[in-house]
Amino acid sequence: MKTAAKPKMTEERLEEIRRAASETTKEALATQESTRKPSAQGEQSYYGLPALKPPVWTWEVPLYFFLGGIAGLSACIGFAAQLLRGAPELIRLCLWVGFLGAAICPVLLIADLGRPLRFLNMLRVFKLQSAMSMGAWILSAFSACVFLAVLCFELQLRGLTHPLLTGLLWLAEASAAVTGLLLASYTGVLIGATAVPVWSENRKLLPAHFLTSGLGGASGILELAGFLVPATQILGFVASGIETLIEIMLQVWKRPVDAPLHHGRSGRTLLVAGLLEGPAALLLRVFFGSVPAGRYAAAATFLVGALLSRYAWIWAGHASASDPQGLFQLQRKA
Amino acid sequence: MPISAFLTDASLCIGCKACEVACKEWNELPDDGFSWSGHSYDNTRALGASTWRHVLFLEQKQPMGSQLAGINEPFRWQFLSDVCKHCANAGCLEACPTGSIVRTEVGSVFVQPDICNGCGYCVVSCPFGVIEKRPEDGRAFKCTFCYDRQKAGLIPACAKACPTESIQFGDLEVLRQRGKKRVQDLQERGYSDARIYDPQETSVGGIHAFFVILGEPEAYNLPPAPEVPTAYLKSAWTSAFISAAIIFAIVCAAFAF
Repeated sequence: MKTAAKPKMTEERLEEIRRAASETTKEALATQESTRKPSAQGEQSYYGLPALKPPVWTWEVPLYFFLGGIAGLSACIGFAAQLLRGAPELIRLCLWVGFLGAAICPVLLIADLGRPLRFLNMLRVFKLQSAMSMGAWILSAFSACVFLAVLCFELQLRGLTHPLLTGLLWLAEASAAVTGLLLASYTGVLIGATAVPVWSENRKLLPAHFLTSGLGGASGILELAGFLVPATQILGFVASGIETLIEIMLQVWKRPVDAPLHHGRSGRTLLVAGLLEGPAALLLRVFFGSVPAGRYAAAATFLVGALLSRYAWIWAGHASASDPQGLFQLQRKA
Repeated sequence: MPISAFLTDASLCIGCKACEVACKEWNELPDDGFSWSGHSYDNTRALGASTWRHVLFLEQKQPMGSQLAGINEPFRWQFLSDVCKHCANAGCLEACPTGSIVRTEVGSVFVQPDICNGCGYCVVSCPFGVIEKRPEDGRAFKCTFCYDRQKAGLIPACAKACPTESIQFGDLEVLRQRGKKRVQDLQERGYSDARIYDPQETSVGGIHAFFVILGEPEAYNLPPAPEVPTAYLKSAWTSAFISAAIIFAIVCAAFAF
């Protein structure tokens, strides 16, 4: 009897079983799909481990951002003063501040390299698509220009006059101003064009912020050196005014990707930095700008804020790279 | 030369870590420290300077394909061997200021260790968090796609050591077709969430080491829509130039008063 039943177990029967099973399975899967929480999709990650690598730059790099900004804008202020017949002493100091910055900056950058002896490899290629490569060339060009400008200026000061020397001085100063502006702003492009969300989503703000910071810093240095002229007062007002606007914008326009700018160590530091660079420096200038002590205080406040802000932005990058949820949500939205 | 590729199939991976071992041994990589992560059987955690293959262990409350019998609460244990993606538009390669990172004749992205000076810019430029600086060495390292073995006509160590053919090595177009076919097969068998992970629609433009995965890429820490950071350059530089021009005008105005 049992052996007789076997022939009935045909291929058709097997197909039938398979169809029935796959119907059941599909139903079961459909119920599970529908009962699965929709939010679960957006909140997935791999044990919350970072999906990106945090920046490896050490303390030298934010300090370089700060000093490079001051040096670059200082050369720029010097050229503007030359153009509009500012005091020669002011121009001289501007060039020297630029020169000192150009001397310190490469040391900081080389110290940060994993293989410092290979620093010259930076000039092995000229790569427009690499902001780091552009930065290496910008810094090299700035150093050369500002060195030449200082040399020409000092020679002229010592009574050497020749039309060629004057022409060379103007050329060097103009080139130092242009490369100086690039030096102060490319650092924003450098971190803006990375995979780190809080940086890349602020890539338009960063160059403007770093330039303004450099402007206030450079004119602050000039004020602290005793040049309490109207020009540095104006520049101090403008820089702290723009920084106040940036601070207000950051506080009002709170995007999820900007969480590291508001929370944690980076958020706290950036808040303090923004308050110092922005409202504090501005108010000091408004109320006490008529007395030298007020201007010194405003300049120093701005400088401290500008320095802190660079560290805060690097720390924000650490926090942002370590947050897989922030990254995934940003990419899912886009 | 044909373009080399990896097809790594999560549905075939058994989590044996033979690829990790083979990679470490062939490339003579340092250990990653012997510590317990508490994340299933994964104590490697992520790709890095000294980890060029990394086996992920996912514990998911989802059914394994059409498997239902005897399971009150659905559960599946998923494995996947992660690796450098060797992107068509590679963030690390674009960012490298020394020209140390190059594209080889087999289409892979290769870090020349005798050029790298450890600037660290590639680290923040990789949209997949792959390349890393090795602190005790100072330079950046990542998967070489076994460039040395490929030049000698051998297949990469991880692919050779894989016992289940979860890691397949071959020509890019051939493997892309094979991947598509595999996903179709899996879906027909009830693995409705099987898919290819190969971001061809974004600025990354596709990857040379792509994956067959079950479920969302986020669960594997794979970014759903990675972008090569050079895509951000234009807007950042535009902002820099405009701001610089405005700042210069302001500085001139300050002295004109």
